[in-house]
Amino acid sequence: MAQVVLDHVTKVFDDQVMAVDDLTLTVGDGEFIILVGPSGCGKTTALRMLAGLEKVTSGRIAIDGRVINDVSPRDRDIAMVFQNYALYPHMTVFRNLAFGLRQRKVPSREIDRRVHEVSEILGLEDLLKRRPAQLSGGQRQRVAMGRALVREPKAFLLDEPLSNLDAKLRVQMRAELKRLHQRLGVTTIYVTHDQVEAMTLGDRIAVLSGGKLQQLGPPQDVYDHPVNVFVAGFIGSPPMNLLRANAVNGRITAGDLQLDIPGLADGDVVVGVRPEMLRPAGDGLPAVPFTVDVVEPLGDEIVVHGTVAGRLAGSGADDQIPTTGGGAELATVTARFDPQLRPTVGDRIPLRIRPEAVHLFDARTGEAIR
Amino acid sequence: MTMEAQADRIAWPEEAEVAERPRRRWLPFSPWHLVLFPLALIMLLPLVWMIVTSLETQAESLHFPPVLVPGSLHFGNYPSALRSAPFGRWFLNTFIVTSTVVVSNLLLCSLAGYAFARIRFFGRAATFMLLLATLMVPFQVVMIPTFLIVKKLGLFDSLPALIAPNLVSAFGIFMLRQFFRTLPVELEEAARIDGASRLGVLFKIVLPLSLPALATLAVIQFMWTWNDFLWPLIAVFSQRNFTLQLGLTVFQGSHDVFWPLVMAGNVMSMIPMLVLFFAAQRYFVRGIATTGLKG
Repeated sequence: MAQVVLDHVTKVFDDQVMAVDDLTLTVGDGEFIILVGPSGCGKTTALRMLAGLEKVTSGRIAIDGRVINDVSPRDRDIAMVFQNYALYPHMTVFRNLAFGLRQRKVPSREIDRRVHEVSEILGLEDLLKRRPAQLSGGQRQRVAMGRALVREPKAFLLDEPLSNLDAKLRVQMRAELKRLHQRLGVTTIYVTHDQVEAMTLGDRIAVLSGGKLQQLGPPQDVYDHPVNVFVAGFIGSPPMNLLRANAVNGRITAGDLQLDIPGLADGDVVVGVRPEMLRPAGDGLPAVPFTVDVVEPLGDEIVVHGTVAGRLAGSGADDQIPTTGGGAELATVTARFDPQLRPTVGDRIPLRIRPEAVHLFDARTGEAIR
Repeated sequence: MTMEAQADRIAWPEEAEVAERPRRRWLPFSPWHLVLFPLALIMLLPLVWMIVTSLETQAESLHFPPVLVPGSLHFGNYPSALRSAPFGRWFLNTFIVTSTVVVSNLLLCSLAGYAFARIRFFGRAATFMLLLATLMVPFQVVMIPTFLIVKKLGLFDSLPALIAPNLVSAFGIFMLRQFFRTLPVELEEAARIDGASRLGVLFKIVLPLSLPALATLAVIQFMWTWNDFLWPLIAVFSQRNFTLQLGLTVFQGSHDVFWPLVMAGNVMSMIPMLVLFFAAQRYFVRGIATTGLKG
């Protein structure tokens, strides 16, 4: 177990592509930290630099105070789980698990003991004589975890370890991973693009975009207080609704939506509302008319996609950039309703938006205003 | 539309089902075999002729049209061939040369092929292009320079003269590099994180996964070296350094050729190759047919 420090780490590929841009991050001893972001945000590159599979262009990486920039992967004492597991196809599960220990000249009795201990934790005892090709996806995933665990490394690096599993198994393995971490308390750095994994697994999450760290904090804090429009649009599923609006004399106008926010400076802003904060309005209250286009019943709730008058603002989490949002008069928004309320396509539902549920961002910089 | 036409339409899906059923086989084998079987016969003919000739008398072997069913089987041709020339010595020479060349090719081509496949170094692309370019140069062009080098090294008329120029082959490097590139790189990265060195990765991960390619290379290199005639003809001079292919020419006198003995020698020289081919066939076919293994 160890503390892992990334200090102003930058990676430039072929003198042109900036993959990781000045990333500074301290992972505490025993902490479970998630690097999350859309594809191409530099999260995997950051992890590979930690593993020693990519050279650091500038900056320092340290484990327990020892700078490891020029230390080869084998001497870093870290273990990594790959997205496609990378199990050695020509070796049995036992030999896959034992490989790292054999390389380190651990006595064979000790290897035996550790392999059996780990296979007991992961429920692999009956599979030790099989080859990877004879295992199911979930079993392979567990072997890959076991190969990391058995080494008792200072830190675990996991690169989208659940993305090749089917949905049900993924939920199961997610819980298993969390349980494992609670039990062993190994410093873990976990890369994912799935923000459900990010929300559920990490002690803290680091949101990356364009190689830059956007926000770092406990998942709930990041969810409740996104620092900019990118994080707002990326964290949360379905994502936060973002509308372009105008503030004049403390009153915000976005299509039919009007909100009074005393003390707000005049100018263009982006209004963000989480889907669960959109509620059908009771009679007599000020409301925004919402036209239903797609209804997705999920059992415990209903996700409803529809339109309101207004203009969409891009977050950068999709393919738009903050200041040049969609120019249409209708903006697509998503709401999460109680299943009792059975909306149908074409319904016009008045929505209530409470001012305190609204996030505001500067339309020019994308930074949170409140 | 008449009623009948409508009835036809309604019947249509059923007809489609009938059409999609597998066609009835009118032969107990694929029709392609009708083409392949005669072709296989043509390919086999020289082999059969060789074996038959090796069991004939000199008179039968010179008869025209060729006698394909000899009057009696003269197995005695084999011991005579062995007695009339130092076959044992030549066999040993060929075996030493071929096995050294095959083993060194497997080792050296693996090392070079892996470097070209996975290690980034200055001038890699240029060096590789140069290597590929040498594949286009026929042996006859480099024959004399190779001879001069071998002579300068003091190897002329010795077994090392047959081995040294063939220790590594551009073809082998190219073939293994192509194969190594099809292996998932994560396996190697995982092994490096697990504590293996570069060479450890090559020997413990990459090579065990490359058995089909290695077997293919071994068979090809074995055949080339075992059957090579031109280079031994140039590089060695004394009979004690002859290889089998060179030795077989001894039976071809300037006035007459004793074909039964030549063919008996040929049959014997083919046996190791056939054995190797059949032993490695499983890998060999896979090596040609597949591009790689996925983990």
